[in-house]
Amino acid sequence: MGKVIVVTSGKGGVGKTTTTANIGTALAMMGQKVVMVDTDIGLRNLDVVLGLENRIVYDIVDAVRGNCRLKQALIKDKRLENMFLLPAAQTKDKTAVTSDQMVELCDKLKDEFDFVIIDCPAGIEHGFKNAIAGAEEAIVVTTPEVSAVRDADRIIGLLEAAEIRAPKLIINRIRVNMVKTGDMMSVEDILDILAVELLGIVPDDDAIVISTNRGEPTVLDSNSRPGEAFRNIARRICGEAVPLMSLDEKRGFFGKIKSLFAGD
Amino acid sequence: MGISGVLAKFFGKDTESEASKTVAKERLRLVLVHDRMDISEQTMDSLREDLIAVIGRYMEIDKDALEVSLTREDEGVALVANIPVLNLKRQPIDKSVIPED
Repeated sequence: MGKVIVVTSGKGGVGKTTTTANIGTALAMMGQKVVMVDTDIGLRNLDVVLGLENRIVYDIVDAVRGNCRLKQALIKDKRLENMFLLPAAQTKDKTAVTSDQMVELCDKLKDEFDFVIIDCPAGIEHGFKNAIAGAEEAIVVTTPEVSAVRDADRIIGLLEAAEIRAPKLIINRIRVNMVKTGDMMSVEDILDILAVELLGIVPDDDAIVISTNRGEPTVLDSNSRPGEAFRNIARRICGEAVPLMSLDEKRGFFGKIKSLFAGD
Repeated sequence: MGISGVLAKFFGKDTESEASKTVAKERLRLVLVHDRMDISEQTMDSLREDLIAVIGRYMEIDKDALEVSLTREDEGVALVANIPVLNLKRQPIDKSVIPED
């Protein structure tokens, strides 16, 4: 019986889809059988981040309405054989799936997979409620900005009200230089305010833009710093005690040089 | 900021303004105090019941007239309670204050 984890944030543009794609891929690289579910109906994107946009035939709405068998809607990854995507519908309305249907879908998927990772749409309305309906655990993604942390706080409250206890936090897009000069809130500052368990930190890095351009999750690149951060997060999800990665500037700098020579 | 401030900023010696993360934290703290005011009826009810129980140990209060609410203030949020007292219980007399003959 697998685990159903929802990736959510409230605010848009903080990196939910990138986080989902990378955690899912990293778990699959560890040998876990993974399915990622895009619940952002009408604005699907997980398919392009994963580079699987050309393979879509059926989507989540087809699957819950019985237009196809669930297995037909699952897209097998081209790199990892134990990784699958259930894409969102692009042309249908947000309300095309109900919460009950989501619960039923998650129940079916967790029979087949070790991890069901749900990519939640931005906002706190219908799409959010659907995305969390079948989830047992939650990952809240935020960035070191007032608006993103505020929304994370609201989402944590809503998750607790929905009895998804103890959500875990990922702080994305940390810029070490700015933290050092006091122009960006630090990890400690944010944990102080939100008072939740930290699952991981991810440095702001050009590698993310490049990997999204190519449709190759950055965890597949062994030289990528955010890739390392997401691989660490996946190991923590599997119960390993992995120390937080050092965000030290020197390492970042040499890391970049190293990846230059590696031809990335 | 005056000319000297502009020059200081230009030369990267901006000592006048505090680090912007301090501003961010303070703004967040205030905004979250307000956001978190949105607590459920249920929570307010149980707070009310607990208050009645605790205060009731010391004095008789008018439970029906008791009012508890969160109020917005400039620097944050205050818990305001208006609790009419009907009767004060006689306190057990502290023996040490009884004068000895």
